[in-house]
Amino acid sequence: MTSYAEKLYLRRAAMNFAALAMSGVATAFGLFWLVWILWTTFSNGVSAMKLSLFTEMTPPPGSDGGLLNAFVGSLMMSGLALAIGTPIGIAAGTFLAEYAKRSVLGETIRFVNDILLSAPSIVMGLFVYALVVKTTGHFSGYAGALALAFIVLPVVVRTTDEMLQLVPNQMREAALALGVPQWKVTLQVLYRSALPGILTGFLLAFARISGETAPLLFTALNNQYWASDMSKPMASVPVVIFQYAMSPYDSWHALAWAGAFIVTLFVLALSILSRAVLRRAKTL
Amino acid sequence: MTTELLPDPSMGIDDARARHDARADGFFRGLIGTAGIFVLLSLFGAAAAMLWGGREAFQTFGWHFFTSTDWDAVRHQFGALVPVVGTLITALIAMLIAVPVSFGIALFLTEVAPLWMRGSVATAVELLAGIPSIIYGMWGLFVFVPVMANTVNPWLTTHLGPLPFLGPLFRGPPLGIGMLTAGIVLAIMVIPFISSVMREVFLTVPSTLKESAYALGSTKWEVVWRIVLPYTRTAVIGGIFLGLGRALGETMAVTFVLGNAHKLTVSLLEPGNSIAATIANEFTEADSDIYLSSLVALGFLLFVVTFIVLAIAKLMLRQIERREGNV
Repeated sequence: MTSYAEKLYLRRAAMNFAALAMSGVATAFGLFWLVWILWTTFSNGVSAMKLSLFTEMTPPPGSDGGLLNAFVGSLMMSGLALAIGTPIGIAAGTFLAEYAKRSVLGETIRFVNDILLSAPSIVMGLFVYALVVKTTGHFSGYAGALALAFIVLPVVVRTTDEMLQLVPNQMREAALALGVPQWKVTLQVLYRSALPGILTGFLLAFARISGETAPLLFTALNNQYWASDMSKPMASVPVVIFQYAMSPYDSWHALAWAGAFIVTLFVLALSILSRAVLRRAKTL
Repeated sequence: MTTELLPDPSMGIDDARARHDARADGFFRGLIGTAGIFVLLSLFGAAAAMLWGGREAFQTFGWHFFTSTDWDAVRHQFGALVPVVGTLITALIAMLIAVPVSFGIALFLTEVAPLWMRGSVATAVELLAGIPSIIYGMWGLFVFVPVMANTVNPWLTTHLGPLPFLGPLFRGPPLGIGMLTAGIVLAIMVIPFISSVMREVFLTVPSTLKESAYALGSTKWEVVWRIVLPYTRTAVIGGIFLGLGRALGETMAVTFVLGNAHKLTVSLLEPGNSIAATIANEFTEADSDIYLSSLVALGFLLFVVTFIVLAIAKLMLRQIERREGNV
């Protein structure tokens, strides 16, 4: 081998080694921050855990209390948001997969839906503010739920569309050949087959809205007291975390960490569950 | 269908049934079609509602709204320049850090890591992408800001501050909060997004292409740089734009660490503001119509910018989906 070829070879090998080593470093770097963040949340959250979190209301400045009204508010608003967003999302996803297909209308809706999926959530809050809060004249739990519903919608549309497209065409053809009308094919054959996938979308949407803060800031606002009336301002865990973390009181900081810890656990559990459901769906 | 609409006494039970089914089918189609149109309308409804809500600000200040650095609730003078610049700078810092790191992670997870490691690390990264942004913001405020204030900012000021051109960027009080901190927290947040898109895109490269390159004696790096990256270029840029869209519109992660200061500074270490953080901080405190309208107008700006960025991302990612469909 000439010395030139040898040099070239060595240079290429060195370049290769350096690049691959850097990729390992980048992965370690990326994971380092994420592990640090999780660790901070867990250690601060665990030390702030106590039973009164679930039995007491959010406290006035500087004193001790729990997060009960925030948990209830979050669950009620998320529940309503899912109740509004999921059926509309499933219907729209079905329209895309079964009727619109690759037509211009279908592709346009898909495009718009994908943009909604990544659009800043604060924008949805402003939208619902203009739509509901401004017209009714006051903040309310309903407005918060509606803002969350607009975040649920694109997630469910996307997964329903994708999952229905995975259903083998033979199923549609077999059912249609028996003379079953298309709406019945959809409801009784396709949904049954795509159910785990659609459930995944539901769980992902639930995980997504559990930690959403921005759209609630000026729709549901906040409420320091017990409130199960959704036509009034309502507390939610993320907004309480935001408010308490920005405050100067240590007891509020502890509550914020406890809330953050529970929300993180909840979101991780939902994501893992949705993955498990999806994996089972794909092996079936 | 040749059957007439009037009921025919000779019509058999099958005809009645077919008619019933056709009606039910039409109804079902109409119902889900409406839901589909609703998705379309919700995006345009959001845009229209914000344009409407911000009309007072646009009318009052005109083009001045985009060029003014004023933000004075007492004199009712509002301009979008400070938050717009803040949004762009924090997003730029985030992308400068996140893009190379995400590329490294995607490269590691598709070509370098041992097989047993790839799936689990990729899953972990994707799970972390789902952590609510408020957690990143809290961590930023309580953990990262002190680190920046005590260690990183003083170091930057003493070592980079005296430099001729870049220097002014790194001079400032060691507060910890500011553009640089917000940019770094945003970068940490978008790394999981960009790296999982890149990883998925890299996996679409046909192995015949890569194997041909290996057979000609290419090193792994040469295969990635000369085969994988050119093949996936548009989709990789699409993934980057997707992350940029997130970074531009992110609210909670930056609100905590940006400092909510309405002034234009050269220094990255000074507190600043972004569109989303301004809205989040001030919306419930807005005490006049023009104040509120200016905030909604800011939201409209943010919406338009993210719409454009996400549309570009979508169009670029679509190319690889189409190619995948053909292979």
